[in-house]
Amino acid sequence: MKFTLQINSSPTAGQNGFYAYRFVCELIAAGHQVIRIFFYKEGIYHGYRYSTPPDDELNFSRLWSALSKEHAIDLVICVSAAQRRGLLHPDEAQRQGKLDNDLAEGFRISGLGQMIEASLLADRLIVFP
Amino acid sequence: MKKFLFIISKSACGVPVQEALDQIMSAAAFDQAVSLLFIDDGVFQIKKNQRPDDLGLKATTAIFEALEIYDVNAFYAETESLEQRGLSTQDFCLPVKLLARSQIAAFIKQHERILPG
Repeated sequence: MKFTLQINSSPTAGQNGFYAYRFVCELIAAGHQVIRIFFYKEGIYHGYRYSTPPDDELNFSRLWSALSKEHAIDLVICVSAAQRRGLLHPDEAQRQGKLDNDLAEGFRISGLGQMIEASLLADRLIVFP
Repeated sequence: MKKFLFIISKSACGVPVQEALDQIMSAAAFDQAVSLLFIDDGVFQIKKNQRPDDLGLKATTAIFEALEIYDVNAFYAETESLEQRGLSTQDFCLPVKLLARSQIAAFIKQHERILPG
């Protein structure tokens, strides 16, 4: 089955980010297809390159990057949600006259249309609020 | 075309409602059938006579009212949520159809893509 996910919660504010990650791992293990993961609202905090939790805690940016690399998962951060929260990739930073490069490996920045499109291509849309 | 339902259950102003509205407008821009359901404190989002300017906030009720331009005109609210908050449909800036709590689950099932507002 084809899945699209929307993740609205940050890795630190509650457990939903963790559940989302585990859910995606299980989807892959069960042979399902993940069309796209769209990070929206506080979910954009999963995509910060410089998240540096202590070594004995989970580093979500790295976990997602590794998952994307291994299984070619499309990780999309919402551009407007990201800008509101200070996550800028170099192009956007330059456009705004700022110097920044926050986006972790394997993520890309795009708009809400990508989420709607992916939800139409999927059999199931799952939202982690 | 898929049937999208956005369930708005919180009264939070500012960014939370703006980000909900952005997603609602995106779905509508993709020519999808979009419905909005207001439950719990979410019913306050469309209450008339708000004065957000006083607090430096944007008038999001105006955006709700403008959704019609995007062909979004299916608005629903839960009867019990209104009653518990002393509201009636006349307090709203949108023409909402009322659904009883007992009808909500079946109503949600009629939709194919369900998102929190």
